[in-house]
Amino acid sequence: MTTVAQFWNRNRIAGAVYVLLGLLAVLYFGVSNPAKNDVTLRLTADTSLTFGARPVIIVLGLVTVAVGVALLAVLTARSHFAWTAGVALGALVLAFLFWGTSLAKTLHTIPVEALLYGTLIAATPLIFGALAGVLCERSGVVNINIEGQLLVGAFAGALVGTMTKSVWAGLIAAGVCGALMAALLAVFAIKYLVDQVVLGVVLNVLAFGITGVIYERLMQPNAAEYNNAGQFKPWEVPGLSDIPLLGPVLFRHNLFVYLALALVAAITFALFYTRWGLRTRAVGEHPTAADTLGIKVRLVRYRNTIMGGFVAGLGGAMLTIGAGVTFNKEMTAGKGFIALAALIFGRWSPVGAMLAALLFGFADAMQQFLSSVISPVPSQFLQMAPYLATLFAVAGLVGKVRAPAADGKPYVKG
Amino acid sequence: MTDEAKPPAAEPERTVPPEKDVAPRPNRPFRIFIEELTTASTFMVTVLAVVLALLVGSILVIISNDSAREAWGYFFAAPLDAFEMSWYAVRDAYVALFQGAIYDPAKPSAWGSISETLTYAAPLTFTGLSVALAFRAGLFNIGAQGQAVFGAIFGVLAGFLLHLPPVLHMLVALVCALIGGALWGFIPGILKAKTGAHEVITTIMLNNIAGIFLIWLVVQKGFQNPERTDAISKSAEENARLPRLLGFLEGDLRVNLAIVLAVLAAAGVSWLLNRSTFGFELRAVGGNPDAAKTAGMNVAMTYALVMAVAGGLAGLGGASMSLGLLPFALTPGVIANIGFDGITVALLGRAKPWGVLAGALLMGGLQAGAVKMNAVGGVPTDMVYVLQALIVIFIAAPALIKTVFRLRDGKASRSTATLAKGW
Repeated sequence: MTTVAQFWNRNRIAGAVYVLLGLLAVLYFGVSNPAKNDVTLRLTADTSLTFGARPVIIVLGLVTVAVGVALLAVLTARSHFAWTAGVALGALVLAFLFWGTSLAKTLHTIPVEALLYGTLIAATPLIFGALAGVLCERSGVVNINIEGQLLVGAFAGALVGTMTKSVWAGLIAAGVCGALMAALLAVFAIKYLVDQVVLGVVLNVLAFGITGVIYERLMQPNAAEYNNAGQFKPWEVPGLSDIPLLGPVLFRHNLFVYLALALVAAITFALFYTRWGLRTRAVGEHPTAADTLGIKVRLVRYRNTIMGGFVAGLGGAMLTIGAGVTFNKEMTAGKGFIALAALIFGRWSPVGAMLAALLFGFADAMQQFLSSVISPVPSQFLQMAPYLATLFAVAGLVGKVRAPAADGKPYVKG
Repeated sequence: MTDEAKPPAAEPERTVPPEKDVAPRPNRPFRIFIEELTTASTFMVTVLAVVLALLVGSILVIISNDSAREAWGYFFAAPLDAFEMSWYAVRDAYVALFQGAIYDPAKPSAWGSISETLTYAAPLTFTGLSVALAFRAGLFNIGAQGQAVFGAIFGVLAGFLLHLPPVLHMLVALVCALIGGALWGFIPGILKAKTGAHEVITTIMLNNIAGIFLIWLVVQKGFQNPERTDAISKSAEENARLPRLLGFLEGDLRVNLAIVLAVLAAAGVSWLLNRSTFGFELRAVGGNPDAAKTAGMNVAMTYALVMAVAGGLAGLGGASMSLGLLPFALTPGVIANIGFDGITVALLGRAKPWGVLAGALLMGGLQAGAVKMNAVGGVPTDMVYVLQALIVIFIAAPALIKTVFRLRDGKASRSTATLAKGW
């Protein structure tokens, strides 16, 4: 019994799954329902590569099988788990993308530039949301409320942006409203010791209700006066935006994308190299010890939670004044929860969270691309992809992640 | 929390100060009544939480009322106008809320409003019980929504794919719904048990997947209603539908068998929790999983089973919508928001089966009233969500209620209502 359990460790189980999935990909995408048309990868406006889709898919499938076999046979050390998962699943996703494009109804070109650009756009609100989570949870306050904070941010951005005719005012209002939402979270979690997971869920309902009521009575009937904020104009970074491929993907965005990336850098630095960061982490891991050293535990938590709300509010504004879209009821549509998953997937670190957010962003961009070229996969199944990915990620890939030790535990001075 | 934090009062030289709430109780009935009203008991906290939520909610009523908003626009010219208009707006809205929930003289039947309240309350009871049961095992089941979706799907599928005699068909359809929900609930349970994946994340993802699956399913050949072009499935057969209870009265009363089943379910869950071995294990695991493990209980298996049972309850909730109400078919919005509302109901009921039933009645009343409030005063039905959220927040923070209303220390103010535990 124990020997069986020891043999089937995490790597070997994953290996077996990859072998199975790789074979399925080869058989289904390559043999039984084969890709027909050649697929063109358009890298830049005038550089493109054309492949026969079938050989590419078969090779990619075999790569997955090979990784699986390697995991089963030799790579049994824990350290090999993450990169092998990346290679195997990456190959599978690429095989799927080639297959879907090859059988698409309209055109058989993968616009790499546009796909990566879309990835970054889709990932940005998630990055903001996940960073909000980092700020709160590193100090020991669970933030399930990201969804609500994004929603009020999107709402306030559109409303205030229209009323003042200034997107900048909208941006600030979005941050402030996100911070107010977070302040509610902080007061009830820290002062009144309400269970933080429950509280987050309930505050999401509150955000949904308030924005819904005001939208229906004010913004929907008088859209021109209250829901017509315009958009932050893109800013092309001089010089850098002319680099082929990278330039258009990274340096032709508006404020939000740059801000998100800058915040990742700033929060990483602040969290690990400043006094504030050390205090935050101390309070999140062992509040009693931090208290003994004279750190004001509750104050740190209030400050971080409210800062997190501000960041999430900015991210919400990305959805309205960042994208030039009017506010709509429930428009965050679960992005806050995906951001939460990115936070966990990224192991509560800003960079990890950003990478996870980019992964989800890619899934989203791919879904939009494949449904725009009318591929044979029903669009609903593509929509499920990020959720399924999160499910698998949380269940298997990241293994046992460890939250900050005092995350979600209110601190009562004893 | 605070009780535990107190130093042990065992030092011999120090006399233990008498606690406030053990002061001798007065023996005259009127005094007892006053005593009860001014103490932060569970009941009083609930009532005052509702009152406070209605007060805070009235701000939104005023904002969403055109004439009141206008009057505030010229506040400095005629301040009294603003207050008068606001008062009218709030009064009209809450009168409509009451009429929609309890008694409306304008309706043809005196039971009209009650019927609506019970109709809304039935599915909420099921999903509330689902969330409450998981709470008691230390799990936070946000997934009642997805489980209810699958319950609704399985129920309707059994409703139009099978052809069975009356009563039997309904029972089979309900069992199918139970199984559908249980399967969808079992997934996060087994994932938690085997991999430690947090159920909050997995159930949220499963909710989204279930919702998208439903949207896909209702337009597939063989499922979609052939006479319609919009997203609606075939209807369940007459025999599989839940019969109306007050069909003999005039006024087209919608209340159906679901509310009776809901009461039975509350009784069943109560028995399960308090009288069965499984319930004991469930509570032990919820109280302290490590201790339960040491005592020889299979914690992982309990998690998986609890989530399956919770899923089954939510599935019945879904079926009570899809088999109990027109058009007896699947649409993308067939179960509305009952899964998420179930969370609030469970919290309102403090995760106790009969409390959940009471919470569902309150929430059902609010929802029925909101429809009328929307029809009369134009207050959007989303107002319910604001009230719902506020009520739960206030209930969960009894210390706040105690301060606002200057209540004396009581049972409710000392518990901090810790249900789930962080990550």
